[in-house]
Amino acid sequence: MEPEPKSPKQAIEEVKAGLRAPQRTQLWKSIFRVKHTRNDTRTRALAVVSNVFLHLHPGRVNRDAVRYSYTWGMGGISAYLFLVLLFTGALLMFYYHPTKVQAYRDILYLEQDVPFGRLLRNMHRWGAHLMVITVWLHMLRVVLTGAYKKPREFNWCVGVALLVLTLLLSFTGYLLPDDQLGFWAVTVGTNMARATPLVGHEGPFGPQLGMTPFNDLRFGLLGGSVVDSNALLRAYVWHCIGIPLVVLLLMGVHFWRVRKDGGISGPAPLVLDGEMKDEVR
Amino acid sequence: MDFSQIWEILSAADNVPIVGLLAGVGFFVWYGLRQGREMDRLAVRLAAEPELAKTHHRKTQPYEEGWEREVQVWPHLLKIEFLAAMIVTVLLLVWSLALNAPLEEPANPNQTMNPAKAPWYFVGLQELLVYFDPWFAGVVLPLLILAGLMLFPYLDASPLGTGYYTIRQRKVVLVSFGAGFSIWLAAIFVGTFIRGPGWMWFWPGETWDHTRVVFEKTRNLPEMLGIHGAAGEALVGLVTVVLFYASAGWAIHKLVTRTELDRRIYARTTSLQYLTFQFFAITLLVGVPVKILLRLAFRIKYVWITPWFNL
Repeated sequence: MEPEPKSPKQAIEEVKAGLRAPQRTQLWKSIFRVKHTRNDTRTRALAVVSNVFLHLHPGRVNRDAVRYSYTWGMGGISAYLFLVLLFTGALLMFYYHPTKVQAYRDILYLEQDVPFGRLLRNMHRWGAHLMVITVWLHMLRVVLTGAYKKPREFNWCVGVALLVLTLLLSFTGYLLPDDQLGFWAVTVGTNMARATPLVGHEGPFGPQLGMTPFNDLRFGLLGGSVVDSNALLRAYVWHCIGIPLVVLLLMGVHFWRVRKDGGISGPAPLVLDGEMKDEVR
Repeated sequence: MDFSQIWEILSAADNVPIVGLLAGVGFFVWYGLRQGREMDRLAVRLAAEPELAKTHHRKTQPYEEGWEREVQVWPHLLKIEFLAAMIVTVLLLVWSLALNAPLEEPANPNQTMNPAKAPWYFVGLQELLVYFDPWFAGVVLPLLILAGLMLFPYLDASPLGTGYYTIRQRKVVLVSFGAGFSIWLAAIFVGTFIRGPGWMWFWPGETWDHTRVVFEKTRNLPEMLGIHGAAGEALVGLVTVVLFYASAGWAIHKLVTRTELDRRIYARTTSLQYLTFQFFAITLLVGVPVKILLRLAFRIKYVWITPWFNL
């Protein structure tokens, strides 16, 4: 027997049911995978663990681990600032050409004509400086709480690498406006590379190994013997592609190791002096 | 007192983050050490009362009847993260609305900026160029700092003080890191706020005089001792450096084995760990400041002169 056609009223009821409880619709379930119909601890844990953006977190954490006084939140803030910088940086890339002819004009254009262009550039600049500060404070906190100790030694090393890359990201970005400030800062900075032992033409043992201004480390960094159009292009590619890729990779390793090494390192129970065993390793 | 000069330096857009950095480091050092002192007091109390030490402060910190040991990440952690992201965003927006990123004239290789300064986070290295040759200040020293930082966890043999703030249990580590971090920050401070045109020393409030000339003559240690000739200079330098490493190493050894707890931690440290620690401590934490002092106080440029490099 053929089913009876739906009345308009029934059809409206169906739509209303979907709006009342969107979690029960096929569309919702296809996106979120897990049933979120009940408000119990298991559902909440699943919501975190089965979500691609949140799965860096465990389902539950130690009650003390969420206390601000322990972590200061500096690692998380650094990661967030990196995302802000990716976003503002990508927008800036729409307006910027890494060439001697246009780079400086693009900055003027951004500041004078592009809607919110000045704000965009300011946010990128100050966000970068803020990130340098938060990364240093994050390191300070990890030292003060002894959070680098066994089994987290390697993750500390990954962190040091991320710190260096943060500074290099900031430094490569410094040249891009192609103004006097960036030009001379990068000139001063890369002049030190001349003096690199062995591979710099003014460094110890450099001349003996045949280093000249046209084949040494500095030449490789700048793509020339002076800071010019090649240096601008190289800084741009390192700044926008090379270093961010490495940073993203290492950030993945860094966060993964935090989880694998047992989550946030504390606040851990106090160990008294008397409880330390005097075994010589 | 030239206040407009002070203001000119302080309000340079790229110097504002340094003011923020110094304030931030100051606050968080105080905040962390305050918690460290609290834990130290607790440790003294628990050591005196073994009964209390069995239960108190062993799992979760301030604990109340009926509390669960763990909390759900959603919402308890995620709401904090969201709040932090909001606060940072607002802070960054306000900062970006209030202060414009600097933009100078177009790059011009024919017109040297004076002073030409590196970005503030590298200005410390630039400041060290006064005291060391570029191969050391610009290349070897940064690599040593990085190596020292990476080796840090492998040299700290004490299992105490993992995951909580404490001062008493980790004096050596905190003093070592604190010294290094302070030198770095001090170099940034001097490089930014003290150094003027020609990288000359201008006290805060002194007007930057672009025509100032310094007739300061620097000297080398061998020459001050009346020794000339390449072989003699190299030898004197070598002997000085060896003597310096020996005496500084001895002094550091006295310092890190002062208390009973320090000696117990020292006993756990392997020779390789300890010698590596000594090398970095002597070179970076004592050697660099000593060389700075020699230059500023006694106008000594080089201690060790060889045909290939000078130190």
